[in-house]
Amino acid sequence: MSATQTPQTLAEKVWNAHVVRRGSGEGESRQPDLIYIDLHLLHEVTSPQAFEGLRIAGRKLRRPDQTIATEDHNTPTLDIDKPIADLTSRTQINTLRENCKEFGVRLHSLGDKEQGIVHVVGPQLGLTQPGMTVVCGDSHTSTHGAFGALAFGIGTSEVEHVMATQSLSLKPFKTMAINVEGTLKPGVTSKDIILAVIAKIGTGGGQGYVLEYRGSAIRALSMDARMTICNMSIEAGARAGMIAPDQTTFDYVKGRPHAPSGEDWDAAVEDWKQLHSDEGAQFDAEVFLDADTLEPFVTWGTNPGQGVSLSDRVPAPEDFEDENDRKACERALSYMGLTGGTPMKDIRVDTVFLGSCTNSRMEDLRAAAAIIKGKEKDPNVRMIVVPGSARVRLEAEAEGLDQIFKDFGAEWRFAGCSMCLGMNPDQLAEGERCASTSNRNFEGRQGKGGRTHLVSPLVAAATAIRGTLSSPSDLANTPVAV
Amino acid sequence: MEKIISHTGIGVPLRQSNVDTDQIIPAVYLKRITRTGFEDALFAGWRRDENFILNQEPFNAGSVLVAGPDFGTGSSREHAVWALKDYGFKAVLSARFADIFRGNSGKQGLVAAEVAQSDIELIWKELENNPGTQITVDLESRTVQCGSISAPFQIDDYTRWRLMEGLDDIGLTLQHEEDITAYESSRPAYKPKTLPARSAD
Repeated sequence: MSATQTPQTLAEKVWNAHVVRRGSGEGESRQPDLIYIDLHLLHEVTSPQAFEGLRIAGRKLRRPDQTIATEDHNTPTLDIDKPIADLTSRTQINTLRENCKEFGVRLHSLGDKEQGIVHVVGPQLGLTQPGMTVVCGDSHTSTHGAFGALAFGIGTSEVEHVMATQSLSLKPFKTMAINVEGTLKPGVTSKDIILAVIAKIGTGGGQGYVLEYRGSAIRALSMDARMTICNMSIEAGARAGMIAPDQTTFDYVKGRPHAPSGEDWDAAVEDWKQLHSDEGAQFDAEVFLDADTLEPFVTWGTNPGQGVSLSDRVPAPEDFEDENDRKACERALSYMGLTGGTPMKDIRVDTVFLGSCTNSRMEDLRAAAAIIKGKEKDPNVRMIVVPGSARVRLEAEAEGLDQIFKDFGAEWRFAGCSMCLGMNPDQLAEGERCASTSNRNFEGRQGKGGRTHLVSPLVAAATAIRGTLSSPSDLANTPVAV
Repeated sequence: MEKIISHTGIGVPLRQSNVDTDQIIPAVYLKRITRTGFEDALFAGWRRDENFILNQEPFNAGSVLVAGPDFGTGSSREHAVWALKDYGFKAVLSARFADIFRGNSGKQGLVAAEVAQSDIELIWKELENNPGTQITVDLESRTVQCGSISAPFQIDDYTRWRLMEGLDDIGLTLQHEEDITAYESSRPAYKPKTLPARSAD
């Protein structure tokens, strides 16, 4: 950096490196910049109308070599060798297959070793790298920000725009620093960090911002854990979340199928080392969170901001000053079938779901398996384990994790989005309650009338043993299976 | 895209904050491969309740939705905008919109007008006291008019211009195709390509 240059944030550096054309004007009336997109991820749900748009306009897909597709939202997690039973799901999958063939897009279909949730597949193939711009017609594209990429979800009109132009017209984001200092206690994970951040700033707190997660607690996290945090930036209203790349990032990327090699690797790392917010860079907002005092965090309501510490109680409407918050609380309690003042740990669940683009990677599966190994599942609880990708499933099986889950009585499934949003047969029944490692507890998200509590993989595992929302530290007196 | 300068239609009060896109259109309706025909899917879960506002006359014929803060949070599904439009909505008023929803609206000719919560409260009362009251959303003057209430709204200049001109984004960008090509020729060689496909095996 030269002496005359203004210090920049990480987000600004990545943005500036991708400006194709700067918008004219100043301040409020400034036109958007045209931003180049390095990687475009596709799945079956948000792409068919975009392909159709290209076809109608007679336009070409500009960069098939920077585009990749996978089947994830609709795919069944059982009997994947049979035709998909749901006809509309099958049609949507077949449409993706036909479109990818017609436009020359690489596709990982059900049954392929690289198939899986789009946000698990990209990083695992080494296609997600520091300093890139990554987009997908899926709000959890923010996941890829864990590598120091600027990654965000887009609507179908924008998917079509990227297909045709490999770029997007965008207004610059504001930046928010989320500083997490200290050391997490045992049993506390990156999922608890992000749930606490969302409860703190609210579901609209991050609107218009790119969040940058910083501080000693973030630096100490693995890539899998960092992806969990960036994944849920959207639940705080932010389109993107980022973490500056470091040795942990480089070690993760190195040697992956699409990682640079030889001289390219050296040149890449040289560039990637510049990807951090400069000393003195100005953020538009800052938030501080103490990792030392953080406890396992869970949601009680119907939006991801309605969360408390697991040791806390369900709030009551009168706990809120704002009238809208009070009404939202009343409505959420009624939907969730809960009474204010109930200890969170007294809440009994029917289902435990371990999966989704938030928590379905090797580290998540290992952590849950370590808790349940040799323990007995609560007989009234159904536990479903859905690896994030076919590759994760294979790796887990190579380590014997599948056997641990099966011995425990959990269902070991094939990869996909599954019960996170229930577009496939994996759904909650009306009134069923689920401890879920996914990202959204909206009304009906996991099935019509289903009730969702967002939790970490550790809490999910402990809950499957005790039948009530629990953390691993509650397990001391649990009988061990013989 | 059709030009919109001003729209007048029946206002629908939706007294709720955090209306996420899973409520606007549940995931089960996302399996379709068309861009139209989503009117039945709009608020499908809530419409099963006969007391829901869109099940009541004259609100069922509304075209301006007046919602609580943080409208359109969650999933990026543009289907939420398609469903609102297919039902007949031309504008949504809220004190805060989720970023992706706001962007999707602008692409599809749905006006996402940011109105102060204090004004939203006044409009809610007016609509509840006088059901069927029409709201005028005027992009030219950036104001909404509802009975005797007149309130300013915010919308960014670029989106307003595109709505008023009815411009297609892709066409606008392709005017600068040479700039894109020039940018591509300057990208570092180490940037990944998806083709030819490589695998860990």
